[in-house]
Amino acid sequence: MGLALGASGLLAQKSPYADYQRMTAENAPVELYEIQGEEAWKKRAGPKNVSLEQCDLGQGPGVLKGAYAGLPRYFADADRVMDLEARLLHCMTTLQGRSREEATKRVFGNADLASEMEVLSAYIARQSNGMPLKPGTSHPKEKAAYALGQKLFYHRAGPWDFSCTSCHGEEGKRIRMSELPPLAKPEYARPVMATWPAYRVSTSSFVTLQWRMNDCYRQMRMPEPNFGSEVPAALLTFLTVNAAGETYRGPAIKR
Amino acid sequence: MTRFGLFLITLAVATAALGQRQPESAADSRRIDGLLKRDFHERGQAKMDRVQTDELQRACNRYADNPPAALAKRLEAAQLKAIPFPSGSLLGSWQAGEKIAQSGRGMTWNDKPGDAGGSCYNCHEISPKEEAHGTIGPSLARFGTLRGNSAEIQRYVYGKIYNSKASNACSQMPRFGHSGTLTEQQIKDLTALLLDPASPVNQ
Repeated sequence: MGLALGASGLLAQKSPYADYQRMTAENAPVELYEIQGEEAWKKRAGPKNVSLEQCDLGQGPGVLKGAYAGLPRYFADADRVMDLEARLLHCMTTLQGRSREEATKRVFGNADLASEMEVLSAYIARQSNGMPLKPGTSHPKEKAAYALGQKLFYHRAGPWDFSCTSCHGEEGKRIRMSELPPLAKPEYARPVMATWPAYRVSTSSFVTLQWRMNDCYRQMRMPEPNFGSEVPAALLTFLTVNAAGETYRGPAIKR
Repeated sequence: MTRFGLFLITLAVATAALGQRQPESAADSRRIDGLLKRDFHERGQAKMDRVQTDELQRACNRYADNPPAALAKRLEAAQLKAIPFPSGSLLGSWQAGEKIAQSGRGMTWNDKPGDAGGSCYNCHEISPKEEAHGTIGPSLARFGTLRGNSAEIQRYVYGKIYNSKASNACSQMPRFGHSGTLTEQQIKDLTALLLDPASPVNQ
């Protein structure tokens, strides 16, 4: 089962993946996605026929440097906490005037063709490389998002009674041969959150954090989260705040 | 969210250690069930009824998997009462059981309905021939050798697989029969994998 949030950091240091990651990190195919992402960012689209270049990712309209490292955060214009993909969807529907239905028609791509959301994530995340993760923690809604994410992380539900901690709860435990990081602990959350989004070697595709949340819920035997909704944003706030201060070094390569 | 609700959550964050599990109050459970209903959609066999927690899940969430003894006993008794134990031998085919134990398929939105394994090796050491086993659950190596295969042991193993919560209210193990994941025959086959003297588990 492809369950891992990625073997990296502490865990990777003890595993063969560490060598593998070092070997692959230098010639990352990630750059190809970044180039496509820049094109997607600048491409005019939607009824308003404008690009996303005036999208405000939290540092001001069009400011990309450090924007990803500052997410998730509260946005007054939407009056809610948003992760990168939720915010991009917001810009597509407001700035470009696209319908939610059209903009979310194909949010997850495959090995043959990455999605618009994936290439945009690659392009935007790259511009926070080397900067510390600094998600919003001061606004009351940011505090509420963290608290909700924390509750959701432990919430058992579904036919198999699973929560996130069914796989990511205990140190040193394996599922088959995979050691999965207990992500409530900062020392485990840091190396993981510092490397998403990522190119995934096992599927030859670029994957985002919304995809990761979805695939975890799939394996929890739950229905599918709505793209960009409050539940994944709260979980991503919880995970990113747990990793706050870690230097962002993605987009990375994962098995 | 109400302003008061926001205040309570803010208070909880201020007093809670970073990341640790907090008890999920009855109000939290109602709110989370509601949020999941709003923020999820059905896909494949994963219908929306799955986000609704049952009484046992709510108790485990409420008490961080450690309910008071009296409540745990009551929950376990209710789960046990609902297990339809078949009459006669509960030992099926250990060979079929090994295949079921190996399969990690079943119940996800991209699995075919009815095509499910037990994902047993994901968490347990079972047959010594399979080294790629997880460690979340206890080792089941030599299970039958150590315990025999009397009618009582058969009933215990069948019941544990059918509904793990009947003997441990907040067990991490899924309720494979109760949830409709595995059939009576599949659970008998898994029981044989653990208890049949000819099974590699007991060699």
